[in-house]
Amino acid sequence: MIHVSATPVLALRGVSKRFGAVQALTDVELEIHAGEVVALVGDNGAGKSTLVKTISGVHPIDEGSIEWNGTPVPIHRPQDSQALGVATVYQDLALCDNLDVVANLFLGSELRSAAILDEIAMEKRAKELLDTLSIRIPSVRIPVAALSGGQRQVVAIARALIGDPKVVILDEPTAALGVEQTAQVLDLVERLRERGHGVILISHNMADVRAVADRVAVLRLGRNNGVFDVKTTSHEEIIAAITGATDNAVTRRQARTATKEDAK
Amino acid sequence: MSDLAKKTPETPEGPQTPGTALGPGDDTAPPAPEASAAPVPAVDPRLLIREEGIKGYWTEFTRKVRGGELGSLPVVLGLIVIAIVFQLQNSNFLSASSVANIAVYSSGLGIMAVGIVFVLILGEIDLSVGSVAGVGAAVWAVLNVNQGMNDWLAIGIAVLAGMALGILHGFFFAKIGVPAFVVTLAGFLGWSGLQDWLMGGEGSINTPSGSVVENLTNYFFEDKAAAYGLALVAVLAYAASLVMDSRRRRAAALPARPTSEIVLRTAVVAVLCFVVAYVLNEPAGARGLPLALVLFLAVLVVADFVARRTTFGRQVFAVGGNPEAARRAGINVDRVRITVFGLSGLLGAFGGLFIASLSGGATKSVGGGNTLMLVIAAAVIGGTSLFGGRGKVWSALLGMIVIQSIQQGLNMIGMANAIQYMITGAVLLAAVVIDSVSRRTQKTAGRA
Repeated sequence: MIHVSATPVLALRGVSKRFGAVQALTDVELEIHAGEVVALVGDNGAGKSTLVKTISGVHPIDEGSIEWNGTPVPIHRPQDSQALGVATVYQDLALCDNLDVVANLFLGSELRSAAILDEIAMEKRAKELLDTLSIRIPSVRIPVAALSGGQRQVVAIARALIGDPKVVILDEPTAALGVEQTAQVLDLVERLRERGHGVILISHNMADVRAVADRVAVLRLGRNNGVFDVKTTSHEEIIAAITGATDNAVTRRQARTATKEDAK
Repeated sequence: MSDLAKKTPETPEGPQTPGTALGPGDDTAPPAPEASAAPVPAVDPRLLIREEGIKGYWTEFTRKVRGGELGSLPVVLGLIVIAIVFQLQNSNFLSASSVANIAVYSSGLGIMAVGIVFVLILGEIDLSVGSVAGVGAAVWAVLNVNQGMNDWLAIGIAVLAGMALGILHGFFFAKIGVPAFVVTLAGFLGWSGLQDWLMGGEGSINTPSGSVVENLTNYFFEDKAAAYGLALVAVLAYAASLVMDSRRRRAAALPARPTSEIVLRTAVVAVLCFVVAYVLNEPAGARGLPLALVLFLAVLVVADFVARRTTFGRQVFAVGGNPEAARRAGINVDRVRITVFGLSGLLGAFGGLFIASLSGGATKSVGGGNTLMLVIAAAVIGGTSLFGGRGKVWSALLGMIVIQSIQQGLNMIGMANAIQYMITGAVLLAAVVIDSVSRRTQKTAGRA
């Protein structure tokens, strides 16, 4: 592990998860500090999405613990994780196409008096939020189905910020986007960091990762395979850690120290 | 813009490229606003359209129709055609007694259709609603007539029994994961058996004269003030809600409806309300405002408010649109599903009492026959999508009026029952075809 300046907002300690005969995660450790972007990288099937789903409560963990500001917390349902202040933007977006932008932004946390929706307050807040994030969409009252892929992605990210979360998890936010939209999303990630959110960024794109991340945590076959500081690590070292190439002295040492630390 | 859209209906990137996503006819936007590249201030297109006046409404309207958002247009056109055709065949079609008949016969089935609208918005189907109506009628008849229980208590128990059956369907669907189609098909058979069993040896239990259930469809407010008063209250309430909403939006610096639009909408609603009130009150043979219509309208207003303005309504739409997204947003999807099926059962049993009232008592055939078909057809004809996530509570009213108008008209010109079934079937098919085609058009226009 690198610098441990303060208590991490969110920390995973020896988290394991099984699906039937498949051991998806084994003793995974991860720390996220406030105002920091941690990239989570790994090959297909390395367990990135599963790890995210354990944090966001979609799949409860089998072993280990999740710590919030240093205290272990139980996360069994998506609501538990939301209540803590974790917001997740899933790879498959999870927007309701038939609802308009405002309804999607506030889904599950509608502004209301008693059980009656306060549409006007929601629309106003939605506009303010989209303005502060410099997000441009034609109207906040058109159904999400009418938006382009990039616009949906930024709506999905903005949606995560409605409850003013401490940690934002972005699962492949740039996977299906064009050049301009990718830049837009990366700008948004930097704005999240400036606002003091802890960000977990899952990505396959090393250029994206190096552009915005502070640290890179590598998963390989459901296990930790090193955590690197982006500024001092080369592209090749990270790739080697992802693919498990051991013909590189640095990665070999790195992997060995990581193994020692994790006490496998 | 529309020409451009026609030439390239499917760009290689799929239908969600910004150009097509904005839809044809949106002349105000630049051709291809690359979301961030063009520093155009985010303006609500509706505002622009309103500033254009009547022409703006027309552009907006044609854009929506071309994009497949037909809304209530087909059904309103259909109603006009029906009215003209039958009035030409039989000049009594739009008479007071005929209109009152349509209103009364629409009420019971229409209330059941409101429940179905919720189930359809959820993206599911409830095939048991007819049998649940039969059980509701049977429970009421046995308790009230045979056991001598108090009118209101018996009605309450009958309606709650319907809700309990609905909740049972919802439980098997949401918690066990049995497809709603199968659960409610089982209910369709099972509850009609229960209805038969409850009725025991008797083929029918007649409604006692003067009882509450008899009054459901036989009571008319003969005082002319009732119909006019209700129309006035409805118009005032509608106008007040528009004005208040508009004022609050202006106060929050959000785009609001201009006064001209409020006046226009209120005028249309006022004309509709007062014409119906006039036909019910004034011509020879008019009996005044039917109680059944008042109850149906009350159910519609409450249900519409729940669907559009409450958290629960929003959750129903969200689950209908994307259950997984709703679940991840922290919505208790199972609870929403069970509640909606419970609501459908409750309204089904309540509608069953109307049917019993119309047929002079609870019989073994209440809720049988084509009841289920008509109820589902009404919701779909009214414009609620069978594919979930899209619909309006008012479609129960519109659809049911279409169906009952056709039946009333065919009865009046003496058409055989067999032909009536065939025509109703064709109308249902037409409604579903319109639904499917408009959904496909919405997809190509990037709106679904």
